[in-house]
Amino acid sequence: MHFTINGQPHQAEVDIRTTLLDLLREHLSLTGSKKGCDHGQCGACTVLVNGRRINSCLTLAVMHQDDEIVTIEGLGTPEKLHPLQAAFVKHDGFQCGYCTPGQICSAVGMLDEVEKGWPSHVSATLDDPDFTDDEIRERMSGNLCRCSAYPNIVDAIREVADAKQPAQAEAAE
Amino acid sequence: MKLFDYAKADSAEAAVREGADRDTKFIAGGTNLLDLMKLQVETPARLVDISRLPLNDIEEIEGGGVRIGALVPNSDLAADPIIRERYEVLSRALLAGASGQLRNKASTGGNLLQRTRCYYFYETAARCNKRVPGSGCDAQEGFNRILAILGTSEHCIATHPSDMAVAMRALDATIVTLGSDGERRRIPIGDFYRLPGDTPDVENVLRVGELITHVELPPAPAGRQTYRKVRDRASYAFALVSVAGIVAIEDGKISSAQLAFGGLGPMPWRDSAVENALIGRAPSDALFGEAADLLLRDAKGFGSNDFKIPLTRRTLIATLRELTA
Amino acid sequence: MTTNALRMDKPVEQSLLDSGVQGIIGKGIERIDGPLKVAGQATYSAEYDFPNLAYGFLVRATFPAGKISSIDAEGAKAMPGVVDVVVDLKTFIRNAQQGGETEAPTQGVKDVAYFGEPVAIVVAESYEIARDAAQLVAVRYEPAEGVFTFDDHVDDAIKPPPGSMPPYHSQGDLDAAMADAAFTIDNVWRTPSQNSAAMEPHASIALWDDDGLTLYGSLQMPSSDKQQLAKSLGERQSKVRIVARYIGGGFGSKLGISPDTVATAIAAKAVGRPVKTVMTRQQVFDATVRRSNTQQRFRLAADADGKLTGIGHETLCSNLPGEGYFEPAGQATQFLYGGENRIIKHDLVELNRTLSGSMRAPGEAVGLLAQENAMDELAEQIGIDPIELRRINDPAQDPQKDIPYSTRSLTRCLDAGAKAFGWEQRNRTPGAKREGDWLIGHGMAATTRTNMLQPSEAAVSIGPDGRALVETDMTDIGTGTYTILAQIAGEMLGLPIERVAVHLGDTKSPPGAGSGGSWGAGSSGSSVYLAAQALREKLAKAMGVEADDLTLKDGHAIAGNRRVAIGELVGDGITATGSIEPGKQEKETTQASYGAHFCEVKVHAVTGEVRVTRWHSTFEAGRILNQQTARSQCIGGIVFGIGTALTEEAVHDDRDGRIVNHDLVEYHVPVHADIPHMDIVFLDERDPHANPLHAKGIGELGIGGAGAAVTNAIYNATGVRVRDYPATLDKLLEGLPAV
Repeated sequence: MHFTINGQPHQAEVDIRTTLLDLLREHLSLTGSKKGCDHGQCGACTVLVNGRRINSCLTLAVMHQDDEIVTIEGLGTPEKLHPLQAAFVKHDGFQCGYCTPGQICSAVGMLDEVEKGWPSHVSATLDDPDFTDDEIRERMSGNLCRCSAYPNIVDAIREVADAKQPAQAEAAE
Repeated sequence: MKLFDYAKADSAEAAVREGADRDTKFIAGGTNLLDLMKLQVETPARLVDISRLPLNDIEEIEGGGVRIGALVPNSDLAADPIIRERYEVLSRALLAGASGQLRNKASTGGNLLQRTRCYYFYETAARCNKRVPGSGCDAQEGFNRILAILGTSEHCIATHPSDMAVAMRALDATIVTLGSDGERRRIPIGDFYRLPGDTPDVENVLRVGELITHVELPPAPAGRQTYRKVRDRASYAFALVSVAGIVAIEDGKISSAQLAFGGLGPMPWRDSAVENALIGRAPSDALFGEAADLLLRDAKGFGSNDFKIPLTRRTLIATLRELTA
Repeated sequence: MTTNALRMDKPVEQSLLDSGVQGIIGKGIERIDGPLKVAGQATYSAEYDFPNLAYGFLVRATFPAGKISSIDAEGAKAMPGVVDVVVDLKTFIRNAQQGGETEAPTQGVKDVAYFGEPVAIVVAESYEIARDAAQLVAVRYEPAEGVFTFDDHVDDAIKPPPGSMPPYHSQGDLDAAMADAAFTIDNVWRTPSQNSAAMEPHASIALWDDDGLTLYGSLQMPSSDKQQLAKSLGERQSKVRIVARYIGGGFGSKLGISPDTVATAIAAKAVGRPVKTVMTRQQVFDATVRRSNTQQRFRLAADADGKLTGIGHETLCSNLPGEGYFEPAGQATQFLYGGENRIIKHDLVELNRTLSGSMRAPGEAVGLLAQENAMDELAEQIGIDPIELRRINDPAQDPQKDIPYSTRSLTRCLDAGAKAFGWEQRNRTPGAKREGDWLIGHGMAATTRTNMLQPSEAAVSIGPDGRALVETDMTDIGTGTYTILAQIAGEMLGLPIERVAVHLGDTKSPPGAGSGGSWGAGSSGSSVYLAAQALREKLAKAMGVEADDLTLKDGHAIAGNRRVAIGELVGDGITATGSIEPGKQEKETTQASYGAHFCEVKVHAVTGEVRVTRWHSTFEAGRILNQQTARSQCIGGIVFGIGTALTEEAVHDDRDGRIVNHDLVEYHVPVHADIPHMDIVFLDERDPHANPLHAKGIGELGIGGAGAAVTNAIYNATGVRVRDYPATLDKLLEGLPAV
């Protein structure tokens, strides 16, 4: 099977049952995406498929042969971090680090959803919601962090979001 | 997960031809099916991948309603401008469900077909009539906090876990299908789900190989809309109780009421007696209490879910207050 | 090699960390392992690749008690891609081992003792095949009678052997004190089983070669885990190496080896290939370790002024037959408040349920729920501020041992925290503050966590390039160990942090303390300190001065008017080992960290949903080695406490003891939306009795009392006292205003 991951073509012989997550971890040595529950209950496996965040544990690799897949390895490297990766380090948005790649991929997808004007469960209006810290909390709730770096993750995302969209940040205040 | 054959369908017609077999399942988002297959709760011999079918559109239809392709992801449906503007209850219900990641993957059709979250359904070592017909039900005398108080049978007390479907039930959605014989059916959502009775494994009226292609919503109803979900944490949890409500008032009296409930029964629950009791009367706490009592007239708890009865009563009253304030 | 050893028999009055001039200790320095973690490059135990790697999948017993008569694996073995089904009923371990033990855990799985017990392992060419084949393995058995319900067997409770504290303590006459008291509290609290739910499931990769076994495992305490594993397998310790460089959270659940560890090692030997086994999330719940459920009778007797005259804390908890571990719920009760008449008791109900053992702050995490709820109830009864009640009962010395506290800042924390939070401005009448549909309440509670020191060794070397390397088999489970050890070495040796490398989690390195009991930083940090101290002597000698006259900064040694690059003083490199062990200080002083939590909650007046909306905690834990990682540790503990208060419960089915909600859908750990901003303050303090760093444990300090602060606030919001944790909305409904 052929896959495009982080812009690179990959080939792998996999079982038809192989999930996208196990393809990454067990066949392509892309172990940045984590398996925390294997049932879509924790978000540690979050990757971006065609720009959207999904749980890679709950989808079959075979169903993604034509997709653009971006994993944490495709966002940045220790030497050249993505702004969200750098903000997570700065704000200590993790402890053990196991949920972290999923949190960061999720945050990338989430900020894109915000940019598209998508509302959330906590939006006061469905039309053009303000991007408050409560919005970050709700929208990131599919990513569990047992070390509970939650407040620091919110700070990290807030910093990157504000840098990205100063006008919107002002509106939120 | 057991081995299965895998086929990609390139048209709905091809899909239903491929799918005309009891051991075949369609896979779209896969968020519930793969979850269950990993545990061998579901063991299809064949999967027909319908994820690339052109069933991704949300379009207005003649007469003012909306047709939603079965593969529209939950996120896109919730964010769609028409849905947001005219069907707030649906948008809100979708946003109250699961997580951003799951909503990006889960499809409209698949969401309608979600299986129950009953602990004993998920545990292959437990007795469950839904999973293994005739094996018994471990839930009734076990831990049943999240299970049903309405519409149960001696064979099953499972709840339908969807939020979206609750809103669609309140909105009187119609489910459009394509059968393996090429026949199209239009099934009102009120006729779509089945009570467990003595066949809790049969959850809806779909026939073997029949594919949901669309869901249609009638023109946006008059009145205010809301979706109130009560759960065990602030987000990313299934409903203990939820209420999808659409209520209109004319001349100080309730002129229409559409109320559906999640977390209470084996299907998104709706009870015309409750709505009829409200219509034509002036909103008041006494009236709301009466409506709640009607809703719960046959409610039965099984121990750890007894609290759902007072919780539902309180939640419904408060929701009606909000809708009529 | 030079070894600088210290036994803590005397206080270390002067810490070299206070005279260091590098200026990196204490600062909120970013984690040095941060870039690797955020880039997905840190390697957790299941993330090593080896040629010819096979996949293991554990086969579980789907019955709670019985004797295995046979295991039919023919169907599984016939499946294409299955390498073998390995059965070793004698050697497989029945359950995980407790932390720090040096013996094998209870071994042998022929007699199944709990639902989900791993009894065999399938080895296959792929994960998918192994998982599928495991379902085909038929375990035949003769059922045995099990004991599953806690409530029905409390009368059969037994006195457990001593654990981290004696199970029983009694002084004075509590019954008389209760009879004579002006005010009394006598209530029963219940807490459910819990699961650590670390995000990384337990995982093992086992490789055998001529040197023996290498096991890549998600383990918090490699040195003792190595001993447990060697003994389980009947191997010499020198033949077993454990590697645990990055651990995706532990919270106690990975202190000892777990069933996957031994099964994987046996399987790898049997098939002659490296084998990797990752537990499923459900297996983590079923077959690792839980915090025991507890039933706690808590009594307080106070005189007319609110001074305590008696405390009674009697705890019942549960464990598997033959496992002596008990949840030491009375740990903090021993020293937190005065009162001369005391009873502290722990009894154990033996049940066929998953092993119980340490989960973050074993003891305090649930014991302080009862204690701090009881104090809140007593303050209300007396009609005084709960802070005042605690102040009145802040003893001058340990009320049980009659020894001094090393340092004690409880009242300082209470006062500083109250001020920062605005405690005085709160509404004092339960149920009287409402905003729309939400009832608003405020609550507070104290916390403490016993400080412990464990034997620990570390090697520190400096190379000619002027860079230092720290080596110990200590682990970083998210606690920040990599970073604080680099800070300590850097401060001691005058090196910027980027010139210090830290290698952890490999039993080839000197044996560290392991991560547990909040002792990691103090213990392993002290061993690094001592090694670095020895290196300072060597550098001083090379400079021809006394160590006291030497200043080390920015990679240079400075003495008199000379400034020499450190690399030039070390020849081919110098190395020293530091070794710390506990001594008389832990007997002569009572050592603990302290804190005070303040929170605001809102409770939905209709549905009983609870949201924590505001939080402040002030802590004192001796020297804070890194403001940022310490804050994160405390937040993590507090959130565990919030989960304990509101959502977390591993529910056992009364018919077979199994955990019904054994996944992350229905075992509710808090999510982002449950947690507000957290305001955390540390009071400056030094504890010379604790260790040369003057630092005390912090990893478990946050959890203690946090849940009680929440339920105290719920009471303030609603007038409902919940003593049956967690305070899910169903427990509040009846007490809420009528709709």
